[in-house]
Amino acid sequence: MESVRKNGIGLKGPMTTPIGKGFRSLNLTLRKSLGLYANVRPCLSIPGYKTPYDNVDLVTIRENTEGEYSGLEHQVVKGVVESLKIITRHASLRVADYAFQYARSNGRKRVSAIHKANIMKKTDGLFLQCCREVAEKHPDIVYEEVIIDNCCMMLVKNPSLFDVLVMPNLYGDIISDLCAGLIGGLGLTPSCNIGDNGLALAEAVHGTAPDIAGKNKANPTALLLSSVMMLRHLGMVEKADRIQKAILKTIEEGKYLTGDLGGKASTTEYTMAVCEHL
Amino acid sequence: MALSRLAPYFRRRCSVTRPIPAAERRWDGHCRSPQSTENVFGQRRSITYMPRPGDGAPRAVTLIPGDGIGPLVTDAVVQVMKAMHAPIYFEEFEVSGKMDKIPDVVMDSIRKNKVCLKGGLATPVGGGVSSLNVQLRKELDLFASLVHCFNLPGLPTRHDNVDIVVIRENTEGEYSGLEHEVIPGVVESLKVITKFCSERIAKYAFEYAYLNNRKLITAVHKANIMKLADGLFLESCREIAKKYPGIEYNEIIVDNCCMQLVARPEQFDVMVTPNLYGNLVANTAAGIAGGTGVMPGGNVGAEHAVFEQGASAGNVGNEKLVKEKRANPIALLLSSSMLLRHLQFPAFADRLEQAVMGVIKEGVHRTKDLGGTSTTQEVVDAVIAKLG
Repeated sequence: MESVRKNGIGLKGPMTTPIGKGFRSLNLTLRKSLGLYANVRPCLSIPGYKTPYDNVDLVTIRENTEGEYSGLEHQVVKGVVESLKIITRHASLRVADYAFQYARSNGRKRVSAIHKANIMKKTDGLFLQCCREVAEKHPDIVYEEVIIDNCCMMLVKNPSLFDVLVMPNLYGDIISDLCAGLIGGLGLTPSCNIGDNGLALAEAVHGTAPDIAGKNKANPTALLLSSVMMLRHLGMVEKADRIQKAILKTIEEGKYLTGDLGGKASTTEYTMAVCEHL
Repeated sequence: MALSRLAPYFRRRCSVTRPIPAAERRWDGHCRSPQSTENVFGQRRSITYMPRPGDGAPRAVTLIPGDGIGPLVTDAVVQVMKAMHAPIYFEEFEVSGKMDKIPDVVMDSIRKNKVCLKGGLATPVGGGVSSLNVQLRKELDLFASLVHCFNLPGLPTRHDNVDIVVIRENTEGEYSGLEHEVIPGVVESLKVITKFCSERIAKYAFEYAYLNNRKLITAVHKANIMKLADGLFLESCREIAKKYPGIEYNEIIVDNCCMQLVARPEQFDVMVTPNLYGNLVANTAAGIAGGTGVMPGGNVGAEHAVFEQGASAGNVGNEKLVKEKRANPIALLLSSSMLLRHLQFPAFADRLEQAVMGVIKEGVHRTKDLGGTSTTQEVVDAVIAKLG
């Protein structure tokens, strides 16, 4: 933890969370203690890995600290449970600020705020208000608001309609996984968590896959793309582009693909191929 | 309960046995049994439906055209019903999303008729009056919302073999409308889950599956994070599942669910969900199967049923659609076919469905959302022409 705080940047592989009981999720602990408030997932269609959706190029930015995941639940009387969803101005402004900053520094033209403010008027309403305030400071970036059910529908019909999406916690969770599904799953999706003072923790969001652990079979693409995000965060854009191009080229060529992508290469073979393409 | 995240190489099957794929389950609106025969007109019919004397007396149905494209698409239904001489007549009422509440006269009509067909009611975003759609559901206690998402023969989509029914709890959950500002800049919203509502939606889902020969029910939840609330929902589903040993039951976390829907939707059969997730899942499933313009659905309670376009997204449409009169009436036509079946007029329901399916299959008359250029009226005329 101290190392991450000192360096301001980290890269993390998957960690297991015990199901049902046992210790609290380590992922959650990391998030809380490092104050990681935004989860960023760029979803780019990977040429060479065919899915029914081939024109995806969007980024989901999810508020990571509050919302429906506050963990505040209680039983009112037997058989009646209440769960609290908290939205604060501070957290909403913070994530909206980051979203517009990200859009600006990555040449993105449009930011869409995803909400259900027609039903949850005060909570999502506050979120939207904060997004609008930040949008006013960035008049050159197009800002729109999309209700979440509309958003889901549009994503599965025509994902190219979206550019950057900014959302509260629960919707962000669902939409970012949906978008990952569009491009081929969590094994190919990079992710980066942003904390205060420019802290960034890039991670792979897929599982630990204990069945292939230690066998040199795993697909490192998700983690590689996450490290590309890390480099971009550090400002090493040119190097990040080179690595990303190499990865995409390797998958497109199709000669060295790991098992999950339909090939027979080992992790090392795939990595060598990427290095060669640099 | 699965918590681990998926990687493509760790494809987790969320069902124990594979449900009957949609390709094997026939969908052309006509129940064909092994005993069907051809009659002298060369028509194949199933064994006949024997009504009770007097069943043919016309039934009153409350009609709420609604906002935006609502009047356009409800008018389509009225035209087709007239052309079929269906034994129903409509009592029409003006309701707009801008009203404070649904007028009493409308509610009385629905209570009297028990059945209602409605277009979309616009809901103002962010402030002001609460959604009239939600009000209607709560007042009439329409606790189950059902959306049927399936591939229409002849309509190409990215996924084949989609035949999913999403049954969503319609009265509580995140839609309880209980929000307040704690201090300026901090707002709380309550999500309420009760055993009573969870049990009754689970009961409805299993009963539906049983009556419609469905083999698998998947409960959608986020109980790894909302342990008490969604945990209670799951508990109720599990209890009811025990009473239906012939129906498979499994559970899936909502984010994984959406991912699976866009990757392999054929693994799902019936899905039962709490309120918010149901909205998202239904719209996603509707999108992958062809869009909001074609998926039918309805809301049902112990006493009443309200039929409307299945997916909520786009049910009011936009100004352009209204002006150019190019809204897609297919969804509401198929919902009205559900209505006819609900009222026990199966032959009329079959005829309407077959006509609609025929028009879609031909591909000549399709509105913009399906890739065509027809107006609403052109589609309606085509359907009426195809009525057998």
